[in-house]
Amino acid sequence: MIHSLFLINCSGDIFLEKHWKSVVSKSVCDYFFEAQEKAIDVENVPPVISTPHHYLISIYRDKIFFVSVIQTEVPPLFVIEFLHRVADTFQDYFGECSETAIKDNVVIVYELLEEMLDNGFPLATESNILKELIKPPTILRSVVNSITGSTNVGDTLPTGQLSNIPWRRAGVKYTNNEAYFDVIEEIDAIIDKSGKMPCKLIFLSLSFMNPRLLDDVSFHPCIRFKRWESERVLSFIPPDGNFRLISYRVSSQNLVAIPVYVKHMISFKENSSSGRFDVTIGPKQNMGKTVEGVVMTVHMPKAVLNMNLTATQGSYTFDPVTKVLTWDVGKITPQKLPNLKGIVNLQSGAPKPEENPSLNIQFKIQQLAISGLKVNRLDMYGEKYKPFKGVKYITKAGKFQVRT
Amino acid sequence: MSSSTSNCRRKKEMLSFLLFKTLPGFKDVFSKVSESTIQTGDILLFPIETCSSGSIWSFKHAAVYCNEGEVIHLQKIRSSGNRTWIIKEGYKAMKKDRGKCEIYRKKDGIDLNDFYSKVREAMNSEAKYDITKNNCIHFALFLLGLVDFYMQLVEVDNEGGSDRPVSIPSVSPPRQGCGVAGRTVVSQRDLVRLFRFRPSNGTHNKVRVLPLGAIATRSASFTHAGFLAFLPDFFLVGRRRGLGVGPAGQPKTPADGDAAEEVTSPVLATEAGQPACYSALRADELRPLAGPEPAVATSTVPPPRHDDLKEMLDSNKDSLKLEAMKRIVAMIARGKNASDLFPAVVKNVACKNIEVKKLVYVYLVRYAEEQQDLALLSISTFQRGLKDPNQLIRASALRVLSSIRVPIIVPIMMLAIKEAASDMSPYVRKTAAHAIPKLYSLDSDQKDQLIEVIEKLLADKTTLVAGSVVMAFEEVCPERIDLIHKNYRKLCNLLIDVEEWGQVVIINMLTRYARTQFLSPNQNESLLEESAEKAFYGSEEEDTKDAKAEAASLAKRKPYVMDPDHRLLLRNTKPLLQSRNAAVVMAVAQLYFHLAPKAEVGVIAKALVRLLRSHSEVQYVVLQNVATMSIKRRGMFEPYLKSFYIRSTDPTQIKILKLEVLTNLANETNISTILREFQTYIRSMDKDFVAATIQAIGRCATNIGKVRDTCLNGLVQLLSNRDELVVAESVVVIKKLLQMQPAQHSEIIKHMAKLTDNIQVPMARASILWLIGEYCEHVPKIAPDVLRKMAKSFTNEEDIVKLQVINLAAKLYLTNSKQSKLLTQYVLNLAKYDQNYDIRDRARFIRQLIVPTEKSGALNKYAKKLFLAQKPAPILESSFKDRDHFQLGSLSHLLNAKAVGYQELPDWPDEAPDPSVRNVEVPEWTKCTSREKRKEKVEKPFYSDSEGESGPTESADSEPESVSEESGSSSSSSSSSSSGSEEEEEEEEEEEEGSGEQSEDKEEEEEKRTKRKEKEGSRKAAGSPSEEEEEEEGAKKAKKKASQGRKSRTETSSEEASASESSSSGSDSGSEAETKRRKPPSSRAGPKEISLLDLDDFTPPPPQPVPSSSHLLSPAFGAVRTYELLHRMAGEGLSVEYCFSRRPFPGDPHMVAVQIQISNNTDAEVKSLRVSEPKPLSGMRIQEFPEIERLAPGDTASVVMGIDFCDSTQAANFQLCTHTRHFYVSIQPPVGELMAPVFMSENEFKKEQGKLTGMSEITEKLTLPEKCRSDHAIVQQVTSAANVGRVPCGADNEYRFAAKTVTSGSLVLITLERREGAAAQLTVNSEKMVIGTMLVKDIVQALAQ
Repeated sequence: MIHSLFLINCSGDIFLEKHWKSVVSKSVCDYFFEAQEKAIDVENVPPVISTPHHYLISIYRDKIFFVSVIQTEVPPLFVIEFLHRVADTFQDYFGECSETAIKDNVVIVYELLEEMLDNGFPLATESNILKELIKPPTILRSVVNSITGSTNVGDTLPTGQLSNIPWRRAGVKYTNNEAYFDVIEEIDAIIDKSGKMPCKLIFLSLSFMNPRLLDDVSFHPCIRFKRWESERVLSFIPPDGNFRLISYRVSSQNLVAIPVYVKHMISFKENSSSGRFDVTIGPKQNMGKTVEGVVMTVHMPKAVLNMNLTATQGSYTFDPVTKVLTWDVGKITPQKLPNLKGIVNLQSGAPKPEENPSLNIQFKIQQLAISGLKVNRLDMYGEKYKPFKGVKYITKAGKFQVRT
Repeated sequence: MSSSTSNCRRKKEMLSFLLFKTLPGFKDVFSKVSESTIQTGDILLFPIETCSSGSIWSFKHAAVYCNEGEVIHLQKIRSSGNRTWIIKEGYKAMKKDRGKCEIYRKKDGIDLNDFYSKVREAMNSEAKYDITKNNCIHFALFLLGLVDFYMQLVEVDNEGGSDRPVSIPSVSPPRQGCGVAGRTVVSQRDLVRLFRFRPSNGTHNKVRVLPLGAIATRSASFTHAGFLAFLPDFFLVGRRRGLGVGPAGQPKTPADGDAAEEVTSPVLATEAGQPACYSALRADELRPLAGPEPAVATSTVPPPRHDDLKEMLDSNKDSLKLEAMKRIVAMIARGKNASDLFPAVVKNVACKNIEVKKLVYVYLVRYAEEQQDLALLSISTFQRGLKDPNQLIRASALRVLSSIRVPIIVPIMMLAIKEAASDMSPYVRKTAAHAIPKLYSLDSDQKDQLIEVIEKLLADKTTLVAGSVVMAFEEVCPERIDLIHKNYRKLCNLLIDVEEWGQVVIINMLTRYARTQFLSPNQNESLLEESAEKAFYGSEEEDTKDAKAEAASLAKRKPYVMDPDHRLLLRNTKPLLQSRNAAVVMAVAQLYFHLAPKAEVGVIAKALVRLLRSHSEVQYVVLQNVATMSIKRRGMFEPYLKSFYIRSTDPTQIKILKLEVLTNLANETNISTILREFQTYIRSMDKDFVAATIQAIGRCATNIGKVRDTCLNGLVQLLSNRDELVVAESVVVIKKLLQMQPAQHSEIIKHMAKLTDNIQVPMARASILWLIGEYCEHVPKIAPDVLRKMAKSFTNEEDIVKLQVINLAAKLYLTNSKQSKLLTQYVLNLAKYDQNYDIRDRARFIRQLIVPTEKSGALNKYAKKLFLAQKPAPILESSFKDRDHFQLGSLSHLLNAKAVGYQELPDWPDEAPDPSVRNVEVPEWTKCTSREKRKEKVEKPFYSDSEGESGPTESADSEPESVSEESGSSSSSSSSSSSGSEEEEEEEEEEEEGSGEQSEDKEEEEEKRTKRKEKEGSRKAAGSPSEEEEEEEGAKKAKKKASQGRKSRTETSSEEASASESSSSGSDSGSEAETKRRKPPSSRAGPKEISLLDLDDFTPPPPQPVPSSSHLLSPAFGAVRTYELLHRMAGEGLSVEYCFSRRPFPGDPHMVAVQIQISNNTDAEVKSLRVSEPKPLSGMRIQEFPEIERLAPGDTASVVMGIDFCDSTQAANFQLCTHTRHFYVSIQPPVGELMAPVFMSENEFKKEQGKLTGMSEITEKLTLPEKCRSDHAIVQQVTSAANVGRVPCGADNEYRFAAKTVTSGSLVLITLERREGAAAQLTVNSEKMVIGTMLVKDIVQALAQ
């Protein structure tokens, strides 16, 4: 399936290559570079490129292109999903999936890749199994290793691979037994010029009960599907560590109000090199919770040269190269609504931009699940001890866009 | 230097920033010194100015002063990739060339020895130049031992377009003598990228907060390249090291160096003495100054390439080997050639250290192909590994062995795969499945043999293997779909438990399978139409014969009923739509799209829409598939229309795909919302997207007549858009729309005609001209005028426009020759001399056609028809139309071209192939087990971990038991046969009867009871009866018994009378005895089944008394006697037997387990067999066995029930019910069954015995009969009479046994002491006196036989 993998950084250096079958020359990446040049923007590099003898399937994560070489028919999503899993694993192991981290840990990376694929077919992708096989690097361990000459490779043979529940190791022991559930709800919305919402969807990343709300769900494999089907109870053997138990979507019909509103006045004057920009963000009723971590980013039209704005709250930056305006608002207090206004300088002579930019807004509301979803109860079976249980609710903005 | 002040400021910021980044402790490490005090090891910074005007960067070139006026530095060779020179020059000459320099000195001095050795080494090396990682600054700092520098041989860079060097000339001209070109070469690409990515560089921002002004570096500029800072990642290592060295200032001791490096990266872990600055990343390029020993560091001749690594690999320290292997792997990762190390590496294949071994494997797999002969050296290691007792080692050996692509070992691989395919570990079998495609790709001649292995593995029932073997199947023999038949149902059932990657492969394969084996679920609709048509014709013809035939065909083509297997597949894949893995969801979606009835396909939409929230690559693929699906099944996605709305932040390729889907979904009801949405898109900044939107509007307009005018008006408005591209695109689309109803839109055509003045985009101009030409009758006045204008500008037009001008001219000539004749002539003349031959040809052709001459008369007549024929309006179609002939979700579908190895999705068959091919011999069993297994797997670990663990141990325990039971029974029979008089056959019969029979007559039971009463009475009367008396009594009893038997039954043999006292029934009718005799095997099988059943009931392993010697264990279980609970006659064909299995009852330790065996001898099925209305005496408890739902005729079922007898021999009464009848039955335990053996030592026994004296002790003398004098016989008789465990005993003539009563747990101790001759004394010590006395009696009886 997957023949080879090349990791390429943004400046076009191939800094790591791994072959699972015979070696494919790195010149195959030229086709990728060609496509990359054509695409202008990194996001527009097509994920699947056909070359005379191979197919290249790539993903772009954390400023690294993961380019895999395929020789025969394979479901593209299979490869894409796997590559993302590889990136997730690096993230998990090194705390970040960056070129530096990969270069610093090149041997571990290589060992991981060796274990994750056999002859191009995924073998062990569960982080639990991998961590049993190859211990993640820590400062302490590397110091110890250097003194004692021991290694990162687990000396006990992993048994997780053999089990039917690969996501949990046998004999996990902790001094603290805690189970925390974060219910993170993300609001995806496109808000119309007129304030109407043509598109309103809620996605959430993890949760529990009063399940009627949930329109569509996807599960971690640990969840017993039958029990969910019949009783709407999530019953599972938890994997060790952090994991996403369930993602769910709440259908747009039974959705409460969007927690923030935006008043905006953006206009460019005809035949003059300036425009006005005036944006106010305000909270709607949020059941007494404050809206925090509000950040607004706006991709301004190319003709914008600079912006002279004043913010009543927070700070703003405008990057004249990428034309991105970022306004870090912070917390919204209903008494004094944050406002950003001022003058937009346009390139002289350039025609007036015809489209007003859309405002992308991020925010966070602690202790609130906007859908009204609540975890009813959490029971634990099979162990005598009582773990500490906690549930936290957060509502976040997902892809929240206001058209102007 | 730069001119503008802001540039100046930025430069300064940059440099100080840079220095801090490269060498954070720079200020602490270096101090500026004056030129006059220059000395060895000082760093010189020469200015370089770039010629490119407007550059804001100032460059510095760094060099290091050696001594005696020499300066060493690194310089890039112009126009030769990234080759460099490391050269020495004269200080003064350099100063003259490059200008005044700044001089910095390391504050704490340098290690001169180290410095000189580095200089020596460097002079013999080259280095690959890298503006960010390996430049002159790095080199200078390296010489002073401060940062990394990678010296290496330069390879010809063939990375294609990645690094096209562009030279930026520096001030200094080429120097003579050393032949170095003084130019700095940077890749243009790098420059471009650096600028582009700067703002988004997170690290950059982080660093910016550092106190820039804090460092006194205003005039100091260390760096050569101002860009460095933008890629600060590369410096992290150097920075750390710098900090480590900086203030401390001593030359590093090897140990220090190691520790410090370990912190930064394990890769860099070097052994003692390895220079700190070498990074393993570039190990192949290293020419170490120092070998593993510090002493070598001073050697003047640098050793050849890789020698140090070889040396390390040859050492006997694992840590050195590991280090070497790490460096080698790092080289491989970089794509550097490390093949020359092969012999040194392969030697370590048998290394004990796991990590070394693993890395050796990595190396081996990478290079074995190139060094086949040497690779063979390693094979024996793997062969050994294949036989390792540990499954993981076997698997890994097979994995590596099969990954080595050396054709010579094909037979070995084949053998290994075959062996592994029948390994007992599923994990090894999985690895074998993985190895199959590897071997196939190495040698496709092995196909036939491999198919055999695949066939075998396909039959595997574990989830672990399923995915991998299907993968192998797909790669080796996807055409052998027949192999799947037998495994189809199993695969469907296992699917949900297979790991996610396997699921994808299996689902894709099953899709193909289902297409060949089942009928189309949607054929019903087509069939209905078809038959209706037929009926219509049939009635017309009024032919009876026909009608008959038709009826037959209708009957034959009976309404579609889905094959249950087809349904099974759909049902079992549906839950996977909830998978977290996008590939699995997509696989199920395509399966439903290709296989499910139309009405059911809708379920996949939701899941696919969910995937749209994933990474953009996933979105891209999913949208492609949704686009295809939405053409065929629009209704499916309509509810999710809004999910396809476009965000301004979406990448263009996603936007265009979403647009495609939106267009496909447009219908009369939602078109207004969609058009409103499109209006927003048209104002987007992304022009490609706008163009696509305009086309989408055009498509909506052609498809939905209602909105055509609205769309057209909207598009016309766009004609006045400022952006030319938008206008051009609109023109093209409008042209297509107008073709549909030109008459009504002459205004628009006029409007467009005016646009020819402004629009420059050729395609748009051409479109307008075509329109005017085509509909010149609608705009009779304007058309000639347009032609006039075009004739003027003809020579300047694009080819495509020119052709349309000719076209227009021709059409006008035909319709309005009066006004346009001359113009046409003119245009044709111009065209005749055009540069483009197409245009010349066209002009000639048209002239011949339209201008009447003598020659071309015939064609001329038809010219009007030719040019002004009615042209059908174009149909605007989605590019995704008909893409679904590729299997969705496949690479081929995405590319819309057949990919290598793509398996066509076959069409549905007309006739369903035989569904019975999928029948497996024991389908129910497999189904049942798979279900059970799943349940077990899910349930077990959740409720109790111990259960899962105890499973295997239990089975391990119980198996030998059942064996021992069997052997026990046989030994008991042999012992009794040894007793003499009986013949083999009779003995068998006797044994059977002894173990099986109990009287069904109440009469007899009463007799038994009275007998026992008698016994008790006599005992009471006797107090401590003498031996003779006892004997007498025994004889009397036997006599009585015999007489009873004779009385009640017709046939009684003397053997039987003497045989079993405990089996109180005398005998059976002859016929019954015969029937019994006919089925000894089944009764033999009894105990076996018991053990199996117990396993099912997951009892913890019984606390077996540990026997002192193994042969003692068998008699303990030898005497499992079976009693009759319900006779065949009394039970109306239902016969029930019970026995005491002598195992602890699982639910309750205080209960005696009673094994009940029920045989149905009737002809009918017996249903709902259960225990009802137990009427136990006070304190007695009965645990009923689970209801037996049905018992087929001739079948036998075994169940276990538990009875707490409260340590009494009272019978337990209850009813045994079937669905029709109730039987009153009772179970009376022999006293010996009321206890369970305990194990104790001799001392414990004596101690306990000491406590149980007086009243609790019962002693009886007895004479052992002759056959009962051997140790073995005694032990056997005692243990058969009572469930006791033997206690070791020092004396020869003493036997001790111990047990505890089941309910109260009181000890029961038995001692049998042999005296002289046949005399013996039996002592029983027990709190429970009743039990004690009864036990004594029973044992005496047993021994007396």
